[in-house]
Formats: sequence, C-alpha cells, structure tokens
Amino acid sequence: MSGTMGDVILRAEGINKDFGGVLVLKDVSLDVRRGEILGIIGENGAGKSTLMKIMSGIYQPTSGKVLMEGKSVRIDTAIDARRLGISLVPQEFNLIRDLPVYNNVFLGSELRTRLGLLDKEAMKARTRELLAELNVTIDPEARIERMSAAEKQMVEICKSLAFEASVLIMDEPTTMLTTYEIDILFGLVRKLRERGMTIIYISHKLKEVKALCDRVAILRDGVLVHESPIADISVLEMAQRMVGRELGSIFPAKHEPGEDVVFEARGVTVPGLVEDISFTLRKGEILGLAGLVGAGRTEVAETILGLRKKSAGEFLKNGVVLALDEPADAVASGISYLSEDRQGAGIVTGFTVTENITLVSLANYCRSLLRLIDKGGERKKVQGYVDSFRIKTESLDKRLENLSGGNQQKVSLAKSIDTEPDILIVDEPTRGVDVSAKHEIYLFINDLAKKGISCLFISSELEEVIGMCNRVLVMRDGKIAATLEGRDINEEDIMFNATGAREEFAS
Amino acid sequence: MTATSGSRFSLEKHGSVLALGVLFILAGIIGWPYFLQVENLVNVMRQSSYTGIIALGMTFVIISGGIDLSVGAIAAFVASCGVLFMNYVLVHNGGNESSAILLGIAVMLALGFLCGALNGFLITKGKIVPFIVTLGTMSIFRYISLQMANAGEFASHSQAYGEFGMSKVISFDVSGNNVSLPTPVLALFLIAFILSFILHNTRYGRYLCAVGSNARVAQYSAVRVDRVRFWAYGVIGLCIGASAALLAARFNTVSTPNFGLGFELDAIAAVIIGGTAMAGGRGSVWGTVIGVFMLQIIQNMLNMAGLSPYLQGVVKGVVIIASVYIQRQRQ
Repeated sequence: MSGTMGDVILRAEGINKDFGGVLVLKDVSLDVRRGEILGIIGENGAGKSTLMKIMSGIYQPTSGKVLMEGKSVRIDTAIDARRLGISLVPQEFNLIRDLPVYNNVFLGSELRTRLGLLDKEAMKARTRELLAELNVTIDPEARIERMSAAEKQMVEICKSLAFEASVLIMDEPTTMLTTYEIDILFGLVRKLRERGMTIIYISHKLKEVKALCDRVAILRDGVLVHESPIADISVLEMAQRMVGRELGSIFPAKHEPGEDVVFEARGVTVPGLVEDISFTLRKGEILGLAGLVGAGRTEVAETILGLRKKSAGEFLKNGVVLALDEPADAVASGISYLSEDRQGAGIVTGFTVTENITLVSLANYCRSLLRLIDKGGERKKVQGYVDSFRIKTESLDKRLENLSGGNQQKVSLAKSIDTEPDILIVDEPTRGVDVSAKHEIYLFINDLAKKGISCLFISSELEEVIGMCNRVLVMRDGKIAATLEGRDINEEDIMFNATGAREEFAS
Repeated sequence: MTATSGSRFSLEKHGSVLALGVLFILAGIIGWPYFLQVENLVNVMRQSSYTGIIALGMTFVIISGGIDLSVGAIAAFVASCGVLFMNYVLVHNGGNESSAILLGIAVMLALGFLCGALNGFLITKGKIVPFIVTLGTMSIFRYISLQMANAGEFASHSQAYGEFGMSKVISFDVSGNNVSLPTPVLALFLIAFILSFILHNTRYGRYLCAVGSNARVAQYSAVRVDRVRFWAYGVIGLCIGASAALLAARFNTVSTPNFGLGFELDAIAAVIIGGTAMAGGRGSVWGTVIGVFMLQIIQNMLNMAGLSPYLQGVVKGVVIIASVYIQRQRQ
C-alpha cells in the first residue's frame, strides 16, 4: 500500500527539549521520507506535539538539529518553517473568525495589485482553485465563524497548499470530526500524497493511523520507542508500545441499570436546534446520545442546563417537573454537566487544580458561620480526586494551563462530580485524551453508574458509545431518529440512523 | 506562565514590592533629605489614599474583566449631593454637626453605591460593554454636577466636617517625633484589608476571578455571572462614596469642575502597576496599594527635583507603560 517512498526530506537529529527542568523529548531522531504519510502516535504528554512544534519552528530544541533536504536548518519562527515548505495544521485552528475564507488562506502573505492594494479577486480565484483541487464545496467568501469544524480544517489545509508546503503536519486532525467527515479527510490526505506531498499525521486514534499511514513512529515519555512500516505492526501492538504495558479491553463490563426512571424529557423543543425530544433515563443507567456533529446533542444538554430556552416540553426528575432557567438550577436539582469544550466552557486555565475542581461546588465548602471558604477541607477533598483519578500534577496549586489534556479532562470530570449529582451529563468525555486516560475515564463513569448515578453519555466516538452505554439515542437534525438497545447498539445501526442513509456510511 | 521559583522568592508575587523598594531608595536620594522626613511620607500616603480607595474598587472591576471610567465623575456628583445634604440637615436639626456629618457620609456611601449599581445594571442587564457604559456615565455625572453648581463650588457649612478631613488616628513615636496616621490612610488600609480578604477567602472572590478569567466557563459552572459582575460595580461604587466623603472633607468644599478629575486614569494605572491583569481573572488588592504609593512617590520625587507638573505627567505615562512591559516580560 505504500506508494513510492522517496529519500529523506525532513530529519530530526538528536532532539532534546527541556521545559523548566523537565525533559519532554530525549534524544529523538526521526526520518521523514518524501511522499509518505508518517503516523506519529503516543499518549498525551509523550512529546508528539512538542516534536512537531520544533519541526515547524514554534519551539526551539534545547539541543539537536533539524535537517531539511539534507541541509541543517535553523527554524526560528513559523515563517521560517513556511519558507522551507513545512506547514502545521494545529489541533486548535488558527483561523480568524471574522474574516472570509480567502483572507484566512492568504493571511500574512496577501496577494497585492501593482498599487500595493489587496488583490481580492486574485485571492478569491486562487482559493477557489485550491478548494476545487481538494474537492470541497466551500465558498471562498464565506465567513469562518459559520463553519463546521470539518470545513475549518479544510480551510487550514487549503492554507498550507497556498504556501506550497511540501511537508504538512497535522496534529490530531480528526478530534473534532464525525466518522463521515473523517472518511472525506482521509481521501483528501491520500490525494495530497499522490501529489507528492509528505504528511506527518499525529494522532492517538490507532485505527486511523493503521488505516491511513505508510509508516508509524511511536513516542513514549519523550523517547522514540518504535519506528516501522505500518504493515509490520498491529493496532494492539501499537497500543502496547505506546502505553508500555499489556492492554486488556479498554471498556469495563456494563452494569445493569435499575428500573426507576430518574430523569425524563418530554417533547422538548428549541426552535431550529432541537425538535420534540423525549427520553427517559433510569437510575444507574448510561444512556448514549449519538449523532453527527450538529445533530443537536450538545444543544439537548445545554437546554437541560437552562442555557438554551425551550419553546415547548419539560424535564422531570423523579416525576416532578423541573424549572431549569440557568445552570445553577440544574446543579441545585442534582444535574451536572461535563462540557465538550474543555478550554472554552469546562475549565479555567488560569485557575489551580483546587480552584477548578471546587468551582461548581464551592458553596459546599462555605458552611462556616461567616461563609468563608474552608481551604483545608477543599484541599483534602481535591487531594482525594487527584489520588483516585490519578491526576498527574506537581501540586494542587498548579495552574491548569500547565497540565496535559488528559489531566485537564480528569480535573474537569472531578469538578462535575464534586457537586454530588444524581444525573451526570458527559459531552465528549474523552476528546483529546490518550488511551490510558480514556480507560480511566471509562472506569470512573462506570463506577459512578454502579453507585446509582445516571449518566447521559454524549459522544462522537462510536466505539465508546458502543462500549459504554446501556441504551443509545441516535439524533439526526435535532430529532431522535432511533433508540437502540442490546445488540442493536452497533456501528452500522448508529451510523444508519445518524446519517439516514446506509449508502453514505458504506462509501 | 513558567514555574515560579518556589516558596523563597518569586518575582511574580513580590515584583511590585521590589519595585516600590527601588523607587523608595531612588526618591530618598533625589529628594534628600526632605523625602524621607516623616511628615513628607505621611503626606504622600494621604495624597495616595483618595485615588487609592477608588483604585481598590477598580481592582475588583478589572479582575471581573471590566473597567470603570466614571469614577471621578461619580465622585464629584456624590460629593456635591453629600455636601448639599449635609448643609440641609445642618439647617434643619439646629446645628448638630456630628449627626449632619454622619448622615452626609451615609448619603455619599449610598449614592456611590447606587451610581455603581447603575453602571452594573446597564452592563449586565443592558449587555453593553463596560467601557461604553462608563464612558457615558462619566459624562452624565460630571455634567449633572456642573449643572447643579453652575460649574462652581459647593462649600460645606460644617467646620467639623473640614476638621474630620484633616483628622488623624493612631499615633505612634518615630525617633522622638509623634506621628499619626491621617484618617483617609487608615481607611485605605482598612478597605484594602477587607477587599483582599473577600478576594481570597470568599466564594464571591473566587467567582470574581472565574468570571474575569473565562466568563463562559463560569457560566457553565453555575456561577451567576451577571450577579458577580454587578457586585463588582457595587463595590467600586461604595469605594467612590468613601473616597468622595474623605476628599470633600479635606477641602470642606466640592469644586465641581475639578473634583475627582482624572481619578479614573490614576486608579486604573495603580491597578495595572500593582500587577492586576488588564484582561481580568487575577489580581492583587495589596498590589494596587503599592501601585498608588508608587505613583504618588514618583510625583513627590519629581516635585522635589523641580520638574514641571507637565513633565511629571510624561514620566507617569512612561512608568505605566514600562511597568506593564516588565510584567509582560516576566510571563
């Protein structure tokens, strides 16, 4: 399956990177060959992103060098990297929301007319050309803010093409995409390879790497532990090399929920987003909410929280209608939410581990006469979470911006359950999280269900929906398309109901 | 942010103290021997305290992610109304000065709070950005005061009120000299202590930082974002009331065109020099106290060096920019 793999185009030689005394990359040497798709995998904190940032000029190595086309290059800035033909599509897109597509594509290197004014027509035309090459239907004049994650990513790729990059680095490109969109992306990446582009594909989704890449390099704790053609290694072996231990099944055994209905939605409608949603959630049940991005899953959660106003319908807890006008009402009713948008709605990055975990439940720590924060009690409780969730942090006073994604997510989860909810809504609970943290998060959620907490489990990753849920609601266009139980919870049935077309999934 | 160097000394935490120390030594040299005389130092503290008290409230507002440009205008309005009310009470209660003064101060605190609350209401319920709201109220309150006084003064009819403005509390001996702390300085320290305590030990303080750091996260975390923001303006309103009461007493009169003029900029500058992030989310009340002292020491030092007041303004501007620049480098 590997095409014509050429000579070495980009080489990292003995790269060390030290962050304030912590060695995050240890003597990493890596060859990238012309025209290949090289997968780089590793857990969060293994050093993947750091290595790529060094190769694209965002970071400087503490020692070691980068060679492009056999010549030692010093990449000081991202602009140097761009000049050398190295382009990075970051995990968090670097697009300006208020500008149209073509302006974003040419941002920083705008085409100009002879008079020095912006040559909008030329930029639009070139953008249209590039988008056509990518086979995507995006209007060059559309604004970024109205675009889906998949479309934004296409714009990022288009940007790289505009600068005639020869090496394209993609950092976790499928995190925000649905299965269907991932298929489109893969087709595109293969097409780019045919055009002679070299692609470095960073991911911790091993199946994707197996399906897409020609070779794979595995990082563990800053060390390159494996490098081989993809054909020589199975997905399970990749996982084991990555984690450094044997892996059992990643999902815990499903727990049988109770009979009592704890929470119920009846005919809930939010104009334009959610239409006539009804479902029941039983005690100790993990109820999946699957569907494509934009199907209205998160909107259902936000409506429960009172962040969106419903025009019809009601929510009931233990048979009593709830008045949910703002998140505080939801918390008071024993409902807690783990946001899909960790940075934007989940954690305060400038806050410490302690301050984050107790943010929602702070009132529980202010029970003294003067209602002051019981800092000792707070720390004690938080230390408990740090231990039981195995949150890797130097201290409870570490700011969250210094923690890896997986640990941030654990903090976010601890924050959601510190209110001692009866109903926990988790939205993409393992987004941007590595295999072992994922496994741990699955265990935590399963344990909560065993304790009788009911969980609404929103996810785009079919594998975890299938592996975790007792029942699955599949949403399409704001409506519940199907409720699946038992054997019907499988990839094909979920996708069929999510897309409404068996063919689309098959292609 | 990089890791700080542990418990011993961190530039991030103690940088402003260090800067104050350096400045103090510099002023001691330039203003030798007058600067270090106790009377001068007490005077510097007194002059710092009026804008300082407002700057304390401004610290809360800026941590919340907001800004308040209307503080000086509100101070003028509040002081005008307070002095008028005091005079009115004095006429009607048979000249009992102490009750008139107490009522007058209560009115100023209440009015300050109400004016702050008006800003807070427009910002949270009206969903208008703080800059615009307070730019508007700055103009409104200044011109109401000017209209009331026909651009002139309101003189207090109470001699005791003027004495209150010059009053001192807590005497102690410094190398044989009897030194006592002016009332406004005590008020500054007291309010700083209270606000710092609220910031670090109460739910409100925690929520204030959360809202300023990331309002969306705070909202999703069941924090009542609007309420938290609103109270930040309530707090600064009370601070304005206190400052206005002390400053009006200092001159025993309110000159509507000049009273509180430029306070907003001095207060914001002090907050920023004190290390509070302009973008909100974190800040230090005691840092602000250091910030006001620094600004006042600079002015005092340049006065002694014989620099014209105009050039002093230039230096002040440079110091504001430089201090933020240095803080940026530290991060």
